Amino acid sequence: MTAKIPSFIRCPSRRVTALIVKEFYQIVRDPSSVLIAFILPLILIFLFGYAISLDTRHTKIGIVLETTNPDMMDFAASFRHSPYFDTVMDTDRHAIEELLVAGRVRAMIVLPLAFDREEEERARAAPIQVITDASEPNTANLLANYIQAAWQTWNIQKLKSSGEEYKPPIQVIDRIWYNPASISRFFLLPGSIAIIMTIVGTLLTALVVAREWERGTMEALMSTPITIFEIIIGKLVPYFVLGLGAMSVCVLFSVVIFDVPFRGSILLLLGMSGLFLYAALSLGLLISTISRNQFVASQASLYAAFLPAFLLSGFLFEIKSMPTVIQGLTYVLPARYFVNTLQTLFLAGDVTKLIIVDAVGIVCIGSVFVFVILRKTRKRLD
Amino acid sequence: MSSEGIVIDRLLKRFEGQEKPALNQISALIQPGRVTGVVGPDGAGKTTLLRTIAGLLKPTEGGITVSGLNALSDAPLIHQNLGYMPQKFGLYEDLTVLENLTLHAKLKDVRQRDMKAVFEKLLSFTKLAPFQDRLAGKLSGGMKQKLGLACTLLKEPKVLLLDEPSVGVDPISRRDLWALVKEFLGGGTTVVWSTAYLDEAALCDEVLVLNEGDLLFTGTPQALTTRLEGRVFQATHPSQDKRSLLLHFLKNEAVVDGLIQGDGVRLVLKGGATTELLTADVPMAWESVTPTFEDGFIDLLGGITERESELASLVETMAHQEGDVIQVEHIVKEFGDFKAVGGISFGIKQGEIFGFLGPNGAGKSTTFKMLCGLLTPTQGKALVLGNNLRQADQLAKRRIGYMAQKFSLYENLTVSHNLSFFSGIYGLSGKEQAREIDSMIETFNLRKYLNEPADSLPLGYKQRLALACSVMHRPSILFLDEPTSGVDPLTRREFWMHINGMVQKGVTVMVTTHFIEEAEYCDRACLIYRGLMIALGTPDELKQKARQEGASLPNLEETFIALIQDHDSKNPLVH
Repeated sequence: MTAKIPSFIRCPSRRVTALIVKEFYQIVRDPSSVLIAFILPLILIFLFGYAISLDTRHTKIGIVLETTNPDMMDFAASFRHSPYFDTVMDTDRHAIEELLVAGRVRAMIVLPLAFDREEEERARAAPIQVITDASEPNTANLLANYIQAAWQTWNIQKLKSSGEEYKPPIQVIDRIWYNPASISRFFLLPGSIAIIMTIVGTLLTALVVAREWERGTMEALMSTPITIFEIIIGKLVPYFVLGLGAMSVCVLFSVVIFDVPFRGSILLLLGMSGLFLYAALSLGLLISTISRNQFVASQASLYAAFLPAFLLSGFLFEIKSMPTVIQGLTYVLPARYFVNTLQTLFLAGDVTKLIIVDAVGIVCIGSVFVFVILRKTRKRLD
Repeated sequence: MSSEGIVIDRLLKRFEGQEKPALNQISALIQPGRVTGVVGPDGAGKTTLLRTIAGLLKPTEGGITVSGLNALSDAPLIHQNLGYMPQKFGLYEDLTVLENLTLHAKLKDVRQRDMKAVFEKLLSFTKLAPFQDRLAGKLSGGMKQKLGLACTLLKEPKVLLLDEPSVGVDPISRRDLWALVKEFLGGGTTVVWSTAYLDEAALCDEVLVLNEGDLLFTGTPQALTTRLEGRVFQATHPSQDKRSLLLHFLKNEAVVDGLIQGDGVRLVLKGGATTELLTADVPMAWESVTPTFEDGFIDLLGGITERESELASLVETMAHQEGDVIQVEHIVKEFGDFKAVGGISFGIKQGEIFGFLGPNGAGKSTTFKMLCGLLTPTQGKALVLGNNLRQADQLAKRRIGYMAQKFSLYENLTVSHNLSFFSGIYGLSGKEQAREIDSMIETFNLRKYLNEPADSLPLGYKQRLALACSVMHRPSILFLDEPTSGVDPLTRREFWMHINGMVQKGVTVMVTTHFIEEAEYCDRACLIYRGLMIALGTPDELKQKARQEGASLPNLEETFIALIQDHDSKNPLVH
């Protein structure tokens, strides 16, 4: 192979340009590439944008109001007016418990009859029972914290309204950086763009090369003076352009429709997207060199590109909380680096130090793919 | 060692997981500057040989040199001057004719300033000039092949490898392809043309005859046919019908091969055998005729092996039935705005072999499917034994047998499971079913494959199994869609012996074929072209129709071409 690369550099080949032109004709005339490059990302970005959310809003909780104490009525009412909860009230513990068991409410708060007496005795240390449904542990945890916080807020307010000053010994002032309102979509969407580009990039090349094998055109190509290197360039360039188009669609929709802030520079985004596409397209090429069949290639793209990217890129599941072995595995996924890049560029801005690390990671993996392709592909059918 | 030409040296190619090599220790010299035919039935190893010459496959043992260069290690050098047309065209279907040519010209480093002139020359030669802006996918089969060939000729190659360029191509385009290769190239190109059509071999300067990976013969086609000089005869009898004559002669061990031809039979005799040997029991007129390449091929294989149809002996003679058993009245089939069949009418009598001929895409299979009740005609009606099979009950359906084009069996079921399944759906059960399955196994020699999955069978056996499945329930009408497609000439003869034998017993057979010469077996044949029936009659009547004034009777292929050209000149296509 090494002997052929210099000859390619010496003469920017007419053959390669001819292949690229051919590929563009095919893209324009065959709707499948356009579908993958533009329609698939659109569908996915809407799915990710609307369907996946880690925020708890309008969560159903049940409140058992055994007491008629006005303070407690007031406390219960504070939940009713919160945007985070939809409340069901009852005076009977068992009624709410049934709802919890049936999964109709995610948590129940019991304000017991004993509340009045104990308040008198132990001031603000009245026992309130909170039961959460931990069959969905994330929601349960969040709820417990929310309720705790609501309780504190209510306490402070109450003290204020009665003219007393509440002075805690240590005061915590929280500032949430990069995503002040903690809107999960703002961090999910940039990550999901990386996932979308993984599947789009891989599918584009995997399918078109497999198609050439299926239709016998690859056999004809192989008998011409063209080199494997030229064939690879001829495939990468057109789909690189198409992939950048897909990327633009994703970014545009995230910013315009979903109001995700973009704080980095467009140029850096373009550069990083280019590097990532190089890796994703090469993976697609690698898959189709091995499978030579469109059906198998599309299945393989799903399992080799989409699933690992979805599960292990840190876009949804925190990498730091994975077992060490799995954490190690995430380093070979280009999507891992790209998720990080995109989250940085969208929410934090140009943090060059971080992005350089990502860039190096992506280029290394992409080059391994290309190396394997060059080693594996010979101009032969067997 | 000769530095020019292609030297094949003890080449053995075995594919992974296959016991039998695809090419078995082949040695041959392909002369430079000539057209060499690689001839043999499907599965002979033609494609493997061509791909190995092109450097696309690695030989298991032995090797090939092309003009002194090693086909494998020097492939990049060979590819500089190679034209290779794979079986699947190698065209981009969503590129236009001109775009395909441009792409290939640039891939082959044709100089920019030469391109226009080369394109013009090739487009006019292939008659593709009016279609240069049409997408390659929208061309007819023949035009695609011509374009594929044109792409390989852009830069005059030193070696031109053509893998079955004439398969699936109508006879007219086939002639164009030959003309293109012979006239377009100067003497400097070594052409290797592979084909399963034995009659094409005669057009080559030299031939390599392959069969199941073995090289049977190398030399000029004439050298093969001269061996049969004086052994081939056309025999006619004034009163006896040709079908029973043929079946009679085939029983004789002195006969290497026998076919129905015109008003008599055409026989190839064993070396040293004389016609007296045969004339003893049936007095008849003998005429010595010129041997063909196919005669030579059959002789190379040792002649026919099956001399009597066991299948036919199982069939009971049927009672004679008056009138047409199949009636077709002006059937039309439209798919959207495409008229696949545009009003065809005919009738078939009991005990007739009725042939359905025509190029690919002419509407043969569509008509067939309407008769079998698999498609509803847009207009008109098709009655089989007085029934419309679309609505007919099971009893009526049990009287027909259908062998679909291409292998329609369950490929991952074993042979015996296929036999039980198909006998079951035709309503056989219990002892009767067991007996039928057993007799099919005997008749078609399927015992050694009984527990093999159907897709691992050699092609000939697959077709035998498919035929067995369609006749097990003893149908009185048989629909055979391309039964002999892709099988070797010997198996083809065996099939026709079964068909002839069954017809003798009163079975009615309707058959399609793309081996035009097979129409000689038919009592009547019709020619379907562009969804219309453009001719109908006995083979000899068709020939008469196409005969030029003063000329001798054309063969069926010439007839076919003449009739189509005649139709085209009267009905010019509007593009």
